[in-house]
Amino acid sequence: MNRKLVKRRGETKWLVERAGKMNVNGVIFGSEQLINEMDDMVVQQVRNVASLPGIVEGSFAMPDAHWGYGFCIGGVAAFDPDKGGVISAGGVGFDIACGVRTLHTGLKSEDIHPIREQIAEALFRKIPAGVGSTGKLRLSVSRLDDLLTQGARWAVENGYGIKDDLQFIEARGCISGADPSQVSDQAKKRQLNEMGTLGSGNHYLEIQKVVEIFDKEAARAFGIEKDDIKISIHCGSRGLGHQIGSDFLKRMATSAKKHGLELPERELACAPLDSPVGKSYLGAMRCGINCALANRQILMHLVREVFADVASKANIQLLYDVSHNTCQEETHTTNGKSKKLFVHRKGATRAWGPNREELPAEYQRIGQPVLIGGTMGTASYILAGTTQSERLAFGSACHGAGRNMSRRAATKKWHGKEVAGRLASEGILIRSRSMRGIAEEAPGAYKDVSKVVEATHNAGLAKKVAKLVPLVCIKG
Amino acid sequence: MTWEHFHHQADIGIRGIGDTVEQAFEEGAVALMAVICSPEKVEAKECIEIECEADEKDLLFADWINALIYEMDIRKMLFSRFEVHIEKHKLTAKAWGEKTDPDKHELAVEVKAATFMELKAYKDNDNQWIVQCVVDV
Repeated sequence: MNRKLVKRRGETKWLVERAGKMNVNGVIFGSEQLINEMDDMVVQQVRNVASLPGIVEGSFAMPDAHWGYGFCIGGVAAFDPDKGGVISAGGVGFDIACGVRTLHTGLKSEDIHPIREQIAEALFRKIPAGVGSTGKLRLSVSRLDDLLTQGARWAVENGYGIKDDLQFIEARGCISGADPSQVSDQAKKRQLNEMGTLGSGNHYLEIQKVVEIFDKEAARAFGIEKDDIKISIHCGSRGLGHQIGSDFLKRMATSAKKHGLELPERELACAPLDSPVGKSYLGAMRCGINCALANRQILMHLVREVFADVASKANIQLLYDVSHNTCQEETHTTNGKSKKLFVHRKGATRAWGPNREELPAEYQRIGQPVLIGGTMGTASYILAGTTQSERLAFGSACHGAGRNMSRRAATKKWHGKEVAGRLASEGILIRSRSMRGIAEEAPGAYKDVSKVVEATHNAGLAKKVAKLVPLVCIKG
Repeated sequence: MTWEHFHHQADIGIRGIGDTVEQAFEEGAVALMAVICSPEKVEAKECIEIECEADEKDLLFADWINALIYEMDIRKMLFSRFEVHIEKHKLTAKAWGEKTDPDKHELAVEVKAATFMELKAYKDNDNQWIVQCVVDV
């Protein structure tokens, strides 16, 4: 990044000064190295978001920020509905409520080691993943409408999981205000046989081993010990979410003029929160969130079935489930007053501090688990939200490593078989139907997730709790 | 007429080039398929019809790509041959392909959507039509 674009305001805080049409300052979080490596376009997109009406406090970017669509990936912005605030389809992204769910297994690494191959094969057979895959569930439109209104609750009521799972999901598994009548028939049609599918690209299901504990008290509250085996699922709202994103990007782009919105780029398409398009998107986008929560719930159920077969000693319980592509109505303190705001997090994880009513009782004193996925060859991290984070960026943290190499460059540099072979020799079993997919997702194509997490911790956005490394990775 | 991919940090750009705007749209579709699979492995066994409409050529290209993504998703098909007709704001097209087969098509990644990033439709200095956009994967 051209360092003239930002002013340093601390070890990990960089100011994009208010200028021109910006309504608020921009703030980018990151270490000096991450800022140096960051694209100049992040600053431009932080500025563009700062120019939207009704934005409060600031336009923020997390340490893993990179050039996105309208909002940068890693962008966070909150809008006040009473001050002409807007909602943006680009500020949520095409994979609505893409997120991470992490599971306890009750197993230790020595339990898994002798049966790793067997578990990898069983998971690979059971979890639908990759281009063109479908789930076992076949839904009618009316059943899908129920699912879109009830989220993971629908999944549990229909036999995919247990009631106790729900309290460990963001919004307890169901976002209210979802309105299936705002979701197009096309979007619904795409989802009728895609529930319980992983998708492709950077989505995965991983068996992970806890290798390091940073915060004993938080780890105890989250139920994490060294050598524990955990499972993480990274995926989103599948075809339904993608179609809602495409439908509303177009509607918001074409209606912007009517709403008197001057868009610095078309991808920043948005609409006033109180406009018909804005309300319609909110109702549809919430269906996308519920779809993703139900999808990860169904995938968890499939994991339970696999472990019941191959490792019956296992006790699969939910640690937490949190999304990183959403816009949610939340209460925050701004200008000394408690206000309902609409917080966009595009490639950013909600990271609420302690004492938020929504958190499960076990986590109340600690803060919300923040689940950060790495690549199939590196590490994942579990962090905890902080009170400080709520003051810094509406309680938000990073979401992952972020690519540093294009897919094409990755396939030129590596072959899938070679990558899988190398990882196997390091003790990481990869299962995928796509060798090209493995090459495109090679760990070397990503930034170092540890540096991103370190900067997030140092900035106070969330505090490090545990580090996990992959043992088995199912890729799309 | 040809197609190519262009660089974008996290995702990938698709570009169709042709003597006519229709050819450029057809090539752009092959560029899309080449993100997802190896189009030369996809046999033209079944034909489907696609229609879309938009005021501007660039938006029409985004709609065309999104229509293909939709058809691939609901039919679990991949396409390799395209015939596009454009009259004013309206596109009518045929796409030939077959059911997705992981063992045959060298699959890579699903495409979630055509984005407005780098979305362009124009004639270059050599009188060639260029249509392009970044796709989200």
